[in-house]
Amino acid sequence: MELSFYPGCTAHSTAWEFTKSTEAVFTALGHELKEIEDWNCCGGASAKVVDKMLSLGLPARNLLIAQREGRTLIAPCAGCFNNVRRALTAYEDGGEVAKALEEALGEKWKGEIEVWSLVDFFDREGAMEEIAARVKKPLSGLKVVAYYGCQMVRPPRVVGSSDWENPTALERAAEAVGATALEWSYKVDCCGADLGISHGGHCADICTRLGEEAAKAGADAIVVSCGLCQANLDMRQSKTSLPVLYITELIGEAFQCEGRQKWWKKHLTDPSGLFK
Amino acid sequence: MNAFAKEISERSGQDLSRCYQCGKCSAGCPSVEWFDWPNHGVIRKIQLGAKDELLKSHAIWMCVGCETCGTRCPNDIYISQLMDALRNMALEEGVKPAEPAVMTFHQAFTGSVSRFGRVHELSMLMEYKLKSKDYFSDLGAGMKLFAKGKIPFMLPKVKGKGELDTFFKNKGKG
Amino acid sequence: MERIGVFLCWCGANIASTVDVHQVVEWLRDVNGVAHAENYMYMCSDPGQELIKKAIREKNLTNVVVASCSPRMHEKTFRKAASLEGMNPYMVEIANVREQCSWVHQGDKDAATRKAFNIIMSTISKAKANNPLETIRVPITRRALVVGGGVAGMTAALELAEAGYYTALVERDDTLGGKMRRLSRTFPYHEDASAVIAPKIEELKANDNIKLYLRSDVTEVSGYVGNFQVTIETRPTEGEDGAPEVVTEEVGGIVLATGYDLYPVAAMSEYGGGKVPDVIDGLEFEELLKESLATGAPVKRPSDGKEVESVVFIQCSGSRDPEHHKPYCSRVCCLYTNKQATLLTQQNPGAKALISYMDIRTDCKLTEEYCQGNIEEKGLVYIRGRVSRLYREGDAVRVWTADTLTGEKLEIDADLVVLAMAIEPSVGAEQISKMFRAAVDTNGFLQESHIKLRPVESSTMGVYLAGAAQYPKDITDSVSQALATASKIQSMFASDELHQDPLVALVNPEVCAACGLCVPICPYGAREVDERARFSRVNEALCQGCGACVAICPNKACMLKNDTPMQVLNQIHTFLGKEEPAQ
Repeated sequence: MELSFYPGCTAHSTAWEFTKSTEAVFTALGHELKEIEDWNCCGGASAKVVDKMLSLGLPARNLLIAQREGRTLIAPCAGCFNNVRRALTAYEDGGEVAKALEEALGEKWKGEIEVWSLVDFFDREGAMEEIAARVKKPLSGLKVVAYYGCQMVRPPRVVGSSDWENPTALERAAEAVGATALEWSYKVDCCGADLGISHGGHCADICTRLGEEAAKAGADAIVVSCGLCQANLDMRQSKTSLPVLYITELIGEAFQCEGRQKWWKKHLTDPSGLFK
Repeated sequence: MNAFAKEISERSGQDLSRCYQCGKCSAGCPSVEWFDWPNHGVIRKIQLGAKDELLKSHAIWMCVGCETCGTRCPNDIYISQLMDALRNMALEEGVKPAEPAVMTFHQAFTGSVSRFGRVHELSMLMEYKLKSKDYFSDLGAGMKLFAKGKIPFMLPKVKGKGELDTFFKNKGKG
Repeated sequence: MERIGVFLCWCGANIASTVDVHQVVEWLRDVNGVAHAENYMYMCSDPGQELIKKAIREKNLTNVVVASCSPRMHEKTFRKAASLEGMNPYMVEIANVREQCSWVHQGDKDAATRKAFNIIMSTISKAKANNPLETIRVPITRRALVVGGGVAGMTAALELAEAGYYTALVERDDTLGGKMRRLSRTFPYHEDASAVIAPKIEELKANDNIKLYLRSDVTEVSGYVGNFQVTIETRPTEGEDGAPEVVTEEVGGIVLATGYDLYPVAAMSEYGGGKVPDVIDGLEFEELLKESLATGAPVKRPSDGKEVESVVFIQCSGSRDPEHHKPYCSRVCCLYTNKQATLLTQQNPGAKALISYMDIRTDCKLTEEYCQGNIEEKGLVYIRGRVSRLYREGDAVRVWTADTLTGEKLEIDADLVVLAMAIEPSVGAEQISKMFRAAVDTNGFLQESHIKLRPVESSTMGVYLAGAAQYPKDITDSVSQALATASKIQSMFASDELHQDPLVALVNPEVCAACGLCVPICPYGAREVDERARFSRVNEALCQGCGACVAICPNKACMLKNDTPMQVLNQIHTFLGKEEPAQ
């Protein structure tokens, strides 16, 4: 299948390994990711603080590019995904806001394409079998907890989640490549990324607790699907130092994708020890 | 409803009259301890028309937008939307923020997007540091990321950036 | 030639301040066929009714039109008055000039006056074409049926049986007593719930007038008020083979007392979705208490049998949550939660009982004193705030809540969490509603026919409602309502026959093609195609005159008595000031 791909700004910076591993895994699965032409920033957590229409206009432009390209749009970074879905919801709700977007961007939203997160990709029928079939090195013995954070599951109406209190797609993906996904109670709690730059200390308090709880659950690593969650948890756990892996990195390891040594080098806590 | 509550309600799309002060929002909030009043108190303050207090409050800047409150609210009130409306209003009216660092960060971020179409972390962080005069916090972490090659020099470029001009031009006009 | 009398009511100032009642009467006096027109301050009063009677007598009226409030208010009053003067009551029509005119056009007297006149003219055109009709008389089968063997159903059945009427009691379980059998103690006197219900069960079993159908379901209902046929299927006892036994009971009145279930814990995803050990619902905790009270041993938690030292009770779990769960208040949770916490501190001395609440609603007799007394004496701790989430944390259940009175966010660890789950209609209530044609409300509770004045009548005549099937209730209220249903049925059984409005559907057999479209469209099961005579008949006892068959009939063979298509068209034309179409 061919998918339009929205990498987001961190693709070339803090979440470089997320993009690389996503591309590698999709290629291995026989799917093609086509980066959408000339995309712009989704607005992060900041645009909405400054101006509501700006926060919708930024992702709306990306939606319109994807519409022209005519394929389902996948945004693996949870933050980007959430913003794109907000623009989509604004269009679907219609009314003044949708009209203003149309006017400002000079193009109609026709509602013909879908917007997916990685979770949506994993929730497709047969997705797990597809992944399991390509495993070269099962990750047996590796114990992980999945961490979804906020943006992938909330608000449910906006992101289209059906089980926002206890999602399981990341766990299923981890199990499909032979790892053991452990139960824990903090998978949809917030990592505090919004305050990461301005109040690093507050953010560290939150991440430290998450690290401790993951360790208490018996995890060797935390699996995520968001550039901000990864950066935050990797940088700011103070009492633990669990590696924080993108789900695509975990799958990429099981697939034995090329170039994954370079992914591990980007982590502050080196995860390569997990795979020996 | 007072004029202020009405305006917040319209900007945020939230029906404030539904709140019955159960406090479920505050019970699940990750940042309530840094607020002047708990989440349900913020709603109460809006209902009471306490505009000055709210625009000058820490709460509006310390909300992390995790949407836990709204998702679990029995009455479908998304407080993050209220917080955004209050922040938009504070910026429009030039109110001195109680948490200047938070505001400076968000402004640096959107500034970067307005210049390049995408965020350029290095210049954005430098702008933030200079404006917030917070030179040393998180320096270690930043340096580590820098050393990992995660904060590139190269400037991003979006050819159709002009298509977004309307939004930047109109920002802060309510 | 008709001699019509028109009586315009002022309704005090309700009509007269907006409609120029004298002008309207002036206009009416010039109308062809109007033999008498007058206005009066309150037509429904005794002197008002006397004016109508006098005019009928003295002017030999053939029809009466009363221009007043909605026919729902006083149609019966005026028809009765006219019949006392020998006029057929169905020659009386009401023109609604209050709800449909004066109330909605305040401030525009001219327009309202003209509209009132038009409404009256339109009603006159209908009245002219009315035929005298006779009340439909229906015989009564003096036997009753009660569905549900909980405290409400048992009470109704016993009451009817004691009054001497044969009563069939259908219970799907194989024991009587319903939810009360699961309860530990009742509030406010801490009586043993089983001990309260047990003698009732014995009394019921011993009563010769009661036919008990246990392990049984109603599978089919036909007939109408006074004359129902109800098919009951009884399953063989567990472990025994054999086909279910099928019996049809002929009854005149029915009580639906199908009770409640608790909204499932599994539906509360933020409270663990039923997967967190030691998070149980109120009825499960009743059972723990019951065992503890019976054995004298302290209450132990289900997961590992540990003696419970701390319990968090969460009220409004699933209730008062219009966004995700049930919008309504489940009404009894405040009271039983307080009772449960009290009994816990009695059975497990030193145990901590924390109660998460939004409001404490003590709307039953003595319950305010009861709840407050327990708080003072037992040291129950009430924390005002709704719990955001809970989860397993090591050996405990961790609860995230807020104390809205201090503004603090709290994390509390407890041995056990009891969710006072919302009360919802019992499983199967929907089928019951369909079979008995008893409407349900938006929450699935059986709906009373008027919330204030007809609280125990369902939407189908002869079918009555008792207990929590209608809305969450405590035992006291369930019993009161059950007694009311028994009393309603007894008063029906006290008359020789039932009288019904003759404003029902009528079929022209010459035009009817027996196509049968009217059969499924009829909400009351009143239509049946007579295959031999080749036309569709109306069961007048069942027909409620709704007109669905009239609308669907392709041949226009159906019509409503005194509401024929021609009458309706004439009314519209007259109202619009157009010529009446040719007959």
